[in-house]
Amino acid sequence: MSEERTIELLIGPQHPSSGHMRLYAEVDGDIVVRLRPNIGYVHRTVEKLAETKKYIQIIPLVERPSLADTANHNLGYVLALEKLLGIEAPPRAQYLRTILAEMNRIHSHFYGLGIHGIMLGSSTIFMWGFADREIMIEMAQRLTGARLTYSYIIPGGVRRDLPQGFEDEMEKALRYIERRLKDYGKLFLRNPVTRARLEGVGVLKKEDAIKLGIVGPNLRASGVPYDVRKVQPYCAYPELEFDVAVREEGDSMARVLVRVEEIRQSMRIIRQVLKQIPDGPILSENYLKMIPPKWKEFVEKKGRIKFPAIMANLRPPKGEAFSRVEAARGELVYYIVSDGSVTPYRLRMVTPSFRNVVLFEHLIQGCRVADIPAIYGSLDYFPPEADR
Amino acid sequence: MGLSSENKIEDIAKKIAQSLQGLPIEISTKDEIITVNVKHENLVEVAKKLRGVGFDHVKSVTATDFPEQKELEVIYHVSSFGDLDLAKVIVALKTRLSSDDPRISSLIEIWPSSKYSEREQHEMLGIVFEGHPELERLLLPEDYEGPPPLRKEFKVKTEGIQG
Amino acid sequence: MVCGMNGVTLIGNLEESARKAVQWLVNKTPIRGIRDWGIAFSLWPVHFTTACCGAEFAATSAPRFDVERMGFLPFVAPRQTNLMLIEGTLTRKMAKAAVWVYEQMPDPKFVVAMGACAIDGGIFWNSYNIVRPKDILPVEIYIPGCPPRPEAVARAIIMLQKRIRRGEAVGLKF
Repeated sequence: MSEERTIELLIGPQHPSSGHMRLYAEVDGDIVVRLRPNIGYVHRTVEKLAETKKYIQIIPLVERPSLADTANHNLGYVLALEKLLGIEAPPRAQYLRTILAEMNRIHSHFYGLGIHGIMLGSSTIFMWGFADREIMIEMAQRLTGARLTYSYIIPGGVRRDLPQGFEDEMEKALRYIERRLKDYGKLFLRNPVTRARLEGVGVLKKEDAIKLGIVGPNLRASGVPYDVRKVQPYCAYPELEFDVAVREEGDSMARVLVRVEEIRQSMRIIRQVLKQIPDGPILSENYLKMIPPKWKEFVEKKGRIKFPAIMANLRPPKGEAFSRVEAARGELVYYIVSDGSVTPYRLRMVTPSFRNVVLFEHLIQGCRVADIPAIYGSLDYFPPEADR
Repeated sequence: MGLSSENKIEDIAKKIAQSLQGLPIEISTKDEIITVNVKHENLVEVAKKLRGVGFDHVKSVTATDFPEQKELEVIYHVSSFGDLDLAKVIVALKTRLSSDDPRISSLIEIWPSSKYSEREQHEMLGIVFEGHPELERLLLPEDYEGPPPLRKEFKVKTEGIQG
Repeated sequence: MVCGMNGVTLIGNLEESARKAVQWLVNKTPIRGIRDWGIAFSLWPVHFTTACCGAEFAATSAPRFDVERMGFLPFVAPRQTNLMLIEGTLTRKMAKAAVWVYEQMPDPKFVVAMGACAIDGGIFWNSYNIVRPKDILPVEIYIPGCPPRPEAVARAIIMLQKRIRRGEAVGLKF
């Protein structure tokens, strides 16, 4: 094929779907010959800024890159920090962390579903996805007090206990979502138009997925049953029963179906957590004993933590810590180097979207231009998360 | 968790030590992390051996600047998707290089998953990964000028009274 | 310029006079009022997501908050829109794109900056890669919050509508 036959098509950074990235597509007629993603449009230098902030101030900072999935980002950072500090959260706090992480997974997957819907031109699914997402956001708001940026998980525990009547409300919410998922099946997942757009499009083979280091639902849709919650369980996951959603096909449809199945599994986890959650304190004894007696009374009565003063100047000993959690979009890795001061020496944060960027050049090659949004949407790619 | 998983990690550490026999390396184990310290000349060789053991992807490429020693530390966090027993551990492949003219051979041939991470560390710390096919700007704007931002000599404003 | 038509002869710069006449007519109270009313209830923001506040922006136009009832409909092409919402941080790379998109939009056009980052950097105030929107675009309204709740975005839209109808908006003076 000669050079002249291809045209370079620039997609973005202003484009109809959720995207703050540019795609350079080299097209030959309707076929994409080569596609290069140009990311960095939301590069806000989180890793550098983390070196200037105290450990506790970094919690809101690491949440910002992934606004749709803040709880898991918060959790991963706190797990790494706890390893540095050598403390562990009490069992009740572990369960509370798990429940928030799973609620976040549900609303993040609905977000992805909605965005994928609008990329395929199905406004109904955008409206449905975003409406049903609000259910979980509302429940998370009751638990944490914030819509999206929870900053709920702190070193040694969590900020608040379960509010009154949370279990009943949650049961109602879960039943509603279960009912809705059936509707999604009817209107979207088994819809001939959706199937024609997604089935067999953007197939990722198992070997390629492993070779390229893909994470999350995109990996599991290609037949690799890798889930950090199973491989190296953290928080309350060792005591909970759930299945890892895996599909063998590896196409866009499989990726969507894996996410829908994960919503079901997350609901199963939430039900178990609410049934099994043990009584006890929500903050580690190491910190609880530092709280003045009057505040301690308040903490025990209201179930709300006021930050102990010690947390303002956390000084972990020299060393390094590595943590991985299963965020909604895949495995999230933190690596912290401490030099014994109040700020980290180096914070490395490898987000799932960043590891999935490579899929753009791999999957879209050889597809038609009209398939670009169908594949893009199925990857559930969140640009701020990739750029950090 | 418990004893069995610890045993497993020890087994894997032994396996790694066996396959890397004869190479000038240091191995240490902490929790689920097996650290392999290696000289940067031997990096490719060690990586090939690890690939042979079954570690099939790179989780992250992290470089850290140590201005006092005039050194950069590069860490490849490696693990496995194909073998879920190996996935329980993470191998941290550590190497040090001088920060004046940091050059290191790219591991993209062995682990294609390191492509974007290496590109990012190239622009953030100025490390040249030799053999990397597109070592270009990734996150920073095209017209960015100045030292690589994650080097310690690059200062950003901070709050409070400056000492 | 001389122009004859049906026996009437007009002398002078016709284009110039026509433009003046239209301007005069449009600025007369009833027509101006109708025009501003029309603009106020057809604020179509361009679909230009700059950062993470876009998640809340999407929630604003979704069913629970449904700002479409105020004539606010996110639209794809910049040439058919009149409102630009800076959704959060503007990085240096994105700032260029923001100016290009803004220049493509037809007059009258308005800019609303959403989130703490768009005011003065927010949590990323000391980052080396961000731009304050006020330096590059004429911002009408700032929405504080990190991220602002959808209600706050809806309120900003109502405030903008009021400003347009009172004729105070910067974007009207083109």
